[in-house]
Amino acid sequence: MSGRSPRDEEFSDMARYGPGEPRDSAEQVVASKVRPDSYYGRAVIKEPVWSSPEIPGYLFLGGLAGASSVLAACAQATGNRELARAAKTGATVAIGLSLAALVKDLGRPVRFLNMLRVFKVTSPMNIGSWLVSGYTPTAAVAAASALTGRMPRVGAAASGAAAVLGAGVATYTAALVTDTAVPAWHEGHREMPYLFAGSAASAAGGLGMLAVGQPAAAQAVRFAVLGSAAELTAKSLLLQRLGDVGQPYRSGLAGKLMETAEVLTAAGLTGAVLGGRNRAAAAVSGAALVTASALTRFGIFFAGRTSARDPAYTVAPQQQRLQEAAATGAG
Amino acid sequence: MSTAADVTAAGLDPAALAGYEGHPPRMGFFTDTSVCIGCKACEVACKEWNSVPEDGLQLTGMSYDNSVSLNASTWRHVAFIEQIGHGPPDATADGAHSVDGAVDAAQPDAPRWLMASDVCKHCTEAACLDVCPTGALIRTEFGTVVVQDDICNGCGYCVPACPFGVIGRRESDGGAHKCTLCYDRLGDGLTPACAKACPTESIQFGPVDELRERAQQRVSELHENGTDSARLYLQDPGDGIGGGGAFFLLLDEPEVYGLPPDPVVTTRDLPRMWRHVATAAGGLAATAVAACLGWRGSQR
Repeated sequence: MSGRSPRDEEFSDMARYGPGEPRDSAEQVVASKVRPDSYYGRAVIKEPVWSSPEIPGYLFLGGLAGASSVLAACAQATGNRELARAAKTGATVAIGLSLAALVKDLGRPVRFLNMLRVFKVTSPMNIGSWLVSGYTPTAAVAAASALTGRMPRVGAAASGAAAVLGAGVATYTAALVTDTAVPAWHEGHREMPYLFAGSAASAAGGLGMLAVGQPAAAQAVRFAVLGSAAELTAKSLLLQRLGDVGQPYRSGLAGKLMETAEVLTAAGLTGAVLGGRNRAAAAVSGAALVTASALTRFGIFFAGRTSARDPAYTVAPQQQRLQEAAATGAG
Repeated sequence: MSTAADVTAAGLDPAALAGYEGHPPRMGFFTDTSVCIGCKACEVACKEWNSVPEDGLQLTGMSYDNSVSLNASTWRHVAFIEQIGHGPPDATADGAHSVDGAVDAAQPDAPRWLMASDVCKHCTEAACLDVCPTGALIRTEFGTVVVQDDICNGCGYCVPACPFGVIGRRESDGGAHKCTLCYDRLGDGLTPACAKACPTESIQFGPVDELRERAQQRVSELHENGTDSARLYLQDPGDGIGGGGAFFLLLDEPEVYGLPPDPVVTTRDLPRMWRHVATAAGGLAATAVAACLGWRGSQR
């Protein structure tokens, strides 16, 4: 337990109650006999027990891997073997790291295969487990074939399958986080998939810009530009939707991560558009985009945690919903 | 899919929806907090019967509450709310209610001490059960929700999914745990340990239909006696969780007890989430196609 008493937390919570809306100091709250809006400032819902860097790292790496496979298949189909090879390799490394992170995060890691004892559409984690289980071997086969030059037909089939499954791997994680009671995640469930898809494309394009030079990198540059534009748009729509519940994305650690990510995305995007043909400029821009994508996922992860911890984010929107329903019922 | 037989005036029949045929009536709790005396016999009985391990022995300063909240190792939690000088919300300027709801005009600033034993709600639409990726969380023939400890792999998804913050992951064994409504005792026709131990019948156990009637009767009774602040919580099958298998009579707003005022099961929005995910995945593929079209290797 910290040195602060729960009473202090209660009052500081009451002081913060209604995000963005200044409240009376603790003394005034007592004096004016305002009823507590929470139980000793304690959270109503439970904070996710998922650990960092494993889970935000997975959100990033899964996106990077999935989108890289999508890019690789398109590159291969248009004869850009150099980019395809790099993207397939990146995808395989990224998904390998992801799997290790996912298993490590389980409370009982030896039971990770229990994920596959059922098929459940109501559980994004279950669907994700099936997607990743199908995706990982196909991505690995595609990469192995591209790197060794052996079995080109099997490799082509695998890279096609990896692209289809990869598009799912890169985006299902949005449903994974939003299908919870965590206010900063759940309330953004309409925009989060597009944000994740854009962020994934931005990272995959960025990795391609880092890994290969022109002319092979041209496709990666365009993918990164389109992806980061989508990411920035979706992020702004998400924050607009969330209103006060979006406060955790603007303050504290999550706020710093999101802000840095946005600056890096904008810089990477500008660099890709203006200097995409220069090898060094493209590499720096690519690195900025990959970093931005990672920071975005960490920012979203921590913002969710913050919104779960503070009862105001759970209670205030529900109170508002009840008031609106009462007003509609009365009118 | 629900059929006409599964849906009655009393709301969805969760056991029938889970595929049980000829199942026993849905069993649950009605916790009448107006008669709770904060003895914590429920907490102790639950721990003893279910062999739930100790989970911290600190003094919190939160009135008499030192178990803080429901968790992996706290399946009944008694909340204590001291409303010193607050008066209940329906207190008039010249009088305050005492704990039992009677107006004490001589003591306008009389303190009120609310006590409430919280428990898993055994939701009709249970988010924990929906999101569980291993099928460890199941619906029983009694319509309750339990974790199969030998299946759970400790992924933790149920923890942030619960709109009430009930279920938790236990550090010592890595698995998720919560109230089972004493599934083992139910099977033998016994009353759950907490309800059995409750000395004031604040915790009532029985068929949910019957408990709902009893709750309605009790709240009317309290209103007649002048306790306008009495209200039922989660007894309505039309609410955001399809009604609780465990529901409550409260004397203040739910958030005062640390309960969400209008919980909605997250999976109600899941079809929309999947639609957006599918569109985003398609968009990702289309973006890659757009990025790659027209590329010529020799171009510089």
